[in-house]
Amino acid sequence: MHVVTFTRSTPDTAAKVEVNSSGAITWGDAATVVNPWDEYSLEESIVRAKDLGGKAVVVAVGAEMHNEALKHSLAMGLDEAYRVEAPADPTDTLAFAVLAAAAVKKIGDVGLVIFGKESIDIGTDSHAYQTARKLGWTMVSNVSKILSAGGGSLKVERITEHGKQVVTASLPAVITVLKGINEPRYPSFIGIRKASKATIPVWSAGDLGAALPGKTTELVAYQNPPAREVKTEIIEGASMEEKAAKLIDKLLEEKVL
Amino acid sequence: MSVLVWIETFEGSMNPSSREALAAARGLSSTVTAAVFGKNAAAIAAEAAQYGATAAVVCDDATLHDYRLEPYAALLTKLVQEHKPAVVLAVATAAGRELLSASAADVDAGILSDVVELTLNGDELHAVKPAYAGKIISKLAIKSGTKFVTLRGRAFKPLDADPAASVSPVAVAPVLSEAQIPVKIEAFEKESGKVSLNDAAIIVSGGRGIANNPKAAPADAGDAAIWKAKDGFASVLQPLVDTLGGALGASRAAVDAGFIPYEYQVGQTGKNVNPDLYIACAISGAIQHQAGMRNSKLIVAINKDGEAPIFKLARYGVVEDMYAFVPVLTAELKKRLGK
Repeated sequence: MHVVTFTRSTPDTAAKVEVNSSGAITWGDAATVVNPWDEYSLEESIVRAKDLGGKAVVVAVGAEMHNEALKHSLAMGLDEAYRVEAPADPTDTLAFAVLAAAAVKKIGDVGLVIFGKESIDIGTDSHAYQTARKLGWTMVSNVSKILSAGGGSLKVERITEHGKQVVTASLPAVITVLKGINEPRYPSFIGIRKASKATIPVWSAGDLGAALPGKTTELVAYQNPPAREVKTEIIEGASMEEKAAKLIDKLLEEKVL
Repeated sequence: MSVLVWIETFEGSMNPSSREALAAARGLSSTVTAAVFGKNAAAIAAEAAQYGATAAVVCDDATLHDYRLEPYAALLTKLVQEHKPAVVLAVATAAGRELLSASAADVDAGILSDVVELTLNGDELHAVKPAYAGKIISKLAIKSGTKFVTLRGRAFKPLDADPAASVSPVAVAPVLSEAQIPVKIEAFEKESGKVSLNDAAIIVSGGRGIANNPKAAPADAGDAAIWKAKDGFASVLQPLVDTLGGALGASRAAVDAGFIPYEYQVGQTGKNVNPDLYIACAISGAIQHQAGMRNSKLIVAINKDGEAPIFKLARYGVVEDMYAFVPVLTAELKKRLGK
């Protein structure tokens, strides 16, 4: 059975991202990278596809800019990459889920779908859970280690806000994986060369036989966060004790202790 | 118009952050139904009433004693279909995020997650939420259908408890039987007594500079820098955290260097936090870190490099080596706070 993972291109994590005068998001001439959480899901997909005896397939739902992330994925060693055309507004996660589920069905014979923990651009993980519901598959989130996958079941360690769980789940399943689950490999030289020549097939909703629901959420506007107006006060003093005492006085005055 | 609030429970108690969701719900409507699943559901519904619920639906079934997505989502979706609330709210904890997303997908409704501001404009719900790890703010709306929203922790202030308020909870049956639930919990290792980064009013974080521990690593320590950093977190920052009743955090640089596990990471690929007080120790303040903590109410920077970018965000700065200053600060705080 195959493993499918989803990725997208997002601005380099060190880039200064801002809203320009026409209300669009820009990150200057900084490069895009794969969504930082997806490096782990891409690596895990390569490993688990071998366990399940299938291919590791990567899909991006969105505009052409996401081809970059798909090429990076191919260079890492994913077997196949596809892009699905989507509505221009990426914040409607239900539309994503309907298209993603349809892509998984089109690929066929899929045992496991792996998402990174979150998409940094839209700032959400809703699309992963919603894809599981649209497939009607089991959902296991925040996986920190896959203990076994195969024979119709999955055993994983997951981190919750209260501690660590070991759970078993039936396959097929959708999971989200955490940073630290593996050590993502770097693309090889041969991989990069092969990926640069690859043509990425593009599927439309029609190709997938997906009926897109009406728009459920609407983007009103992007804004830059208000500048943090802070006047920094450096605490001075003749000794550590004096500085500590002064700092505590300030914190008590500010009522944060 | 009515609001349904999912009250998160753990081992028979209400997750205190659910009070924030009740307060946000009351800000939208005077009809607020608490949905409580799990052990002690009726008692927790009574507590929810004191914090703003005007009605409650409860299900105290063994299949729901531990949170699992499938049985919870099946029941929440059924309640949404029957009650047709205008809005469904929960706090954006790991469980709250996945549960409301799943239920929204089940009924083909819109969801906005991790929202920091919420207003109702006639039938339209408008929300503000961070995107690009807090570098951008997005303003979004849901204009029709049931509106699902998860709220960023600590973004909404709970109401004061009203001891006179009460509800008559309506008991409902679960939707899935144990045999129909595809996930089984085999083992659970609880971390007790730890304040979570998302709930903490005070956070103390350490950065890459924590490896500059003046203590010598023992000969059998393996990697000396890692030993020094771990000792710094445990013997210098943790006592400050304990004195303040806060939570411990770290920068990505410290996590990537293997100094501390990933679950402590604050920043772009870690947790986004908004405590009242954030104390950054030996953290330079890379843009990735700032994205996760810039919404803290008050930031204190302790760094021996007075040029570190973190000082630009800080209200108060102490230009000292954390190893020299933090133990003194902790001792002084213990005296002043009477601990």
